[in-house]
Amino acid sequence: MSIIDKTAAVPAPRGGDHTGPLLEVRDLHVEFHTRDGVAKAVNGVNYSVNAGETLAVLGESGSGKSVTAQAIMGILDMPPGKIPQGEILFRGEDMLKMSEEERRKIRGRKIAMIFQDALSSLNPVLTVGYQLGEMFRVHHGMSKKDAKVKAIELMDKVKIPAAKARVSDYPHQFSGGMRQRIMIAMALALEPDLIIADEPTTALDVTVQAQVMDLLAELQQEYNMGLILITHDLGVVADVADKIAVMYAGRIVEQAPVHELYKRPAHPYTRGLLDSIPRLDQKGQELYAIKGLPPNLLKVPTGCAFNPRCPKADDLCRTEIPALVPVTEQNGADLPGRKSACHFWKETIHG
Amino acid sequence: MPDVTKTATVEDAVATPSVDASAPAEKPEKARSLWGDAWADLRRNPYFIVSSVLIALLLLISAWPTLFTSASPTAGDLVHHFLSKPELSKVGSAEWLGYDQQGRSVYARLIHGTSASVTVGIAVTAIVTVVGGIMGMISGYFGGMIDAVLSRLTDVFFGIPFLLGAMVVLQAFVERTVWVVVFALAFLGWTQITRVMRGAVITIKQADYVHAAKALGAGTTRILFRHILPNAMAPVIVVATIALGGYISAEATLSYLGLGLAAPTVSWGVDISAGVAQIRVAPHVLLWPSIMLSLTVLAFIMLGEAVRNALDPKLR
Amino acid sequence: MADLNDEAVAAALDAPVGRGEPILQVRNLKKHFPLTQGILFKKQVGAVKAVDGVSFDLYQGETLGIVGESGCGKSTVAKLLMNLERATAGEVFYKGQDITKLSGRALKAVRRNIQMVFQDPYTSLNPRMTVGDIIGEPFDIHSEVAPKGDRRRKVQELLDVVGLNPEYINRYPHQFSGGQRQRIGIARGLALNPEIIICDEPVSALDVSVQAQVINLMGKLQDEFNLSYVFIAHDLSIVRHISDRVGVMYLGKMAEIGTDEQIYEHPTHPYTQALLSAVPVPDPEARAHRERIILTGDVPSPANPPSGCSFRTRCWKAQEKCSQEAPVLAIPERFKGQDTPAAHFSACHFAEEKNVVPAH
Repeated sequence: MSIIDKTAAVPAPRGGDHTGPLLEVRDLHVEFHTRDGVAKAVNGVNYSVNAGETLAVLGESGSGKSVTAQAIMGILDMPPGKIPQGEILFRGEDMLKMSEEERRKIRGRKIAMIFQDALSSLNPVLTVGYQLGEMFRVHHGMSKKDAKVKAIELMDKVKIPAAKARVSDYPHQFSGGMRQRIMIAMALALEPDLIIADEPTTALDVTVQAQVMDLLAELQQEYNMGLILITHDLGVVADVADKIAVMYAGRIVEQAPVHELYKRPAHPYTRGLLDSIPRLDQKGQELYAIKGLPPNLLKVPTGCAFNPRCPKADDLCRTEIPALVPVTEQNGADLPGRKSACHFWKETIHG
Repeated sequence: MPDVTKTATVEDAVATPSVDASAPAEKPEKARSLWGDAWADLRRNPYFIVSSVLIALLLLISAWPTLFTSASPTAGDLVHHFLSKPELSKVGSAEWLGYDQQGRSVYARLIHGTSASVTVGIAVTAIVTVVGGIMGMISGYFGGMIDAVLSRLTDVFFGIPFLLGAMVVLQAFVERTVWVVVFALAFLGWTQITRVMRGAVITIKQADYVHAAKALGAGTTRILFRHILPNAMAPVIVVATIALGGYISAEATLSYLGLGLAAPTVSWGVDISAGVAQIRVAPHVLLWPSIMLSLTVLAFIMLGEAVRNALDPKLR
Repeated sequence: MADLNDEAVAAALDAPVGRGEPILQVRNLKKHFPLTQGILFKKQVGAVKAVDGVSFDLYQGETLGIVGESGCGKSTVAKLLMNLERATAGEVFYKGQDITKLSGRALKAVRRNIQMVFQDPYTSLNPRMTVGDIIGEPFDIHSEVAPKGDRRRKVQELLDVVGLNPEYINRYPHQFSGGQRQRIGIARGLALNPEIIICDEPVSALDVSVQAQVINLMGKLQDEFNLSYVFIAHDLSIVRHISDRVGVMYLGKMAEIGTDEQIYEHPTHPYTQALLSAVPVPDPEARAHRERIILTGDVPSPANPPSGCSFRTRCWKAQEKCSQEAPVLAIPERFKGQDTPAAHFSACHFAEEKNVVPAH
């Protein structure tokens, strides 16, 4: 019986005594020291993921979404990067306080990452089977032969046709979609508790995107993994996420369960984003466009970072940074899981 | 594997220092060209400062050697025994670094020998950059048959061992002046620049801004000199600067072997060659020209590295 | 050969085209890239059929969207229309002139009227030229358009038209963000006052919040300067928003072409249906009641396309006939003569209507 079968049979929460969220990021700050000054890429981010749950982190370039993920994985380049403040708790333990040795044990085994560009993430001179088998040889000390069998099993798992015949092929012999499947297989190899997928389908064609997203969602259910999906695409998120965190200029500006967010955004930035994407099922006259430019991280505006682009901004927004506060119904009833960092969230969601 | 993400991170985090059109009150940002940025970067690089001061000094010495010593490099006087102790306290005097076997001031020869080395280095680099640059540009831009022929020609020359080839070429000349040595080195040295230029041009000619210029109806001359050349220069400058040091040491090597410059021409290579004979009794005769040679080569390599760092497009 | 009648060509090119008349007629356009072996003496061992017989018309004042996945040949079509690549076969008629055969002055004259906006705003601007030099370059090349003393003012006007501060004229491209750079690229395309602009994925490299700004700008400019657009993109939602008519490409061929309503609401080609159904819709509610067709496999290699219909390897309807006979792009037999939106050009033996976009 393979390891994969074993877990498939027991989808119960693994790892025992810890009862809180699988991963929790608390007040994380990341800055980059560049020759033009200090770029504040992440400015106090809080989020958590449970086993079996998908958190989508949505944002544009410069929002800090990828930097946060790299901080979690421990693959941030330091220097120029620096984490002046914050905690990243994995099963209740702060990874930032761990030794490099301890972190290495978590990386790959407990938390795995999938990148946007599968071609440059795979070694071009080694066969796909060898690279997949490497995980088993290094971490489990398997023989070459057994590792190859495992590699074929994994390729079957991610639905690569004719896995047995293709295990000795090189990465460039696969198409973009197939390569991304191989990346997923690699991430799954050691059955991690959490997968971080950074724009996993951005480089793929629409018809292939759907295949890959479906596969990811299916495997996540089967293994009961936590998934952090980092993307800029509101469409992709709608299809798979449970909850969404929208980031802007290194902060989370809105947090909500996926259905809620699309129906009633509670932050002007989210609303603007939703309004500005053209729809397949309707032909409008002019698109709503958020004015201005994404923020310069070397010089984030005072107060709410979105204020120069916001139609609702007033003096308060230019001086005081809004906190991420719970959002309620008009009558004060709870809206579980909803938060907004806008001084005028009431007007935005109800007005 | 994290390499990809690395560049992505910096892009992601640092974004383009952009100015918001809606905020005219902001302090106006100055126009900064890429060359300007590179220069600003260089000025802060200690390696650049050290190497450029050294190089400036070397240039000054080769242009006006008499500013640094009044002693003649060729007038030997056996009154000055080459075993007599150097007068290290008398900085700048004829006897400062001692005398050689023929009673000539080592210091004066050092100063007057600079010009040979520096001239060879600069002249070879200049010729090689122009010739190799043009060849590389033609080869890379036009491609096809022209490229095939030029590339094979480059390969043939590249296949000739540099020093061995130069030795053979020099054999053909009876009188070996500085310019003969320059010719021999340039004759074999152009391939390196050709290859670098060809590679850069091939990459750049596929850039969208070149397509855009073609779409506007720009002619070949405009595309080559306005779009391709300015962007292909950076790697060529780096390679040429580093190679300059190599040419200087090649000249010294050839002179040492007795195939390059020869007495009465004054050069570090000639002196090193002569000094070897007395290495046991008078090591200073060998030591000083060797130190000068190493320092010069080092200065150009350091300058090349500093320029490379400043021009590296990954940093911006 | 075209040099003989340069004057005549130039005169013909100045004639205006009425609104709704075809301004560009593409006929059976082909581009095959040879696959070669050998170093000095190259031997052709095959060909990548990047574009393999594409025909369509562009009408004056309209936007024709061309969609397709990567490798379908849509970007090569853009390059062929711009004469940046030489066509292997076929014609592109612009005001009656086959521009694929032109060279020299006649081609230069055509270039004044057909311009391009590129995908990547980071590589489409020369990093060592100032914005003023970049936008002013068209005037240097076509010196008859603007007298020398007038150019700086013209460049500043163009900056203003595309929504940039005219004072930015002396800055360099790296001092701008992606969206601003794309505006600079658009200004360069507009400088010669062209009639047609070929846009190759003009917003796909931009942030979502900036995409809308650029699309709106392009719409505004179309009205203002009476432009015709060929809008090439992989994002079906954006193409729907901006296009009057849409062509769907697959493996170097046009699979289906029609008005935006015909293509999006009454698609008859199975590939179009699959493509539309796969588009992620930013609305979890709509997603619940929508059928998704998930294609198996990948796009075959254009160096070795399947026989007959090139889509048959991934098609759920494929039958014997599809592997033997390549379907032609025409109104399908069953819809001929009917007054239905399904009666538009579709290259499928078994074309039938299927609405895959959920009604809103």
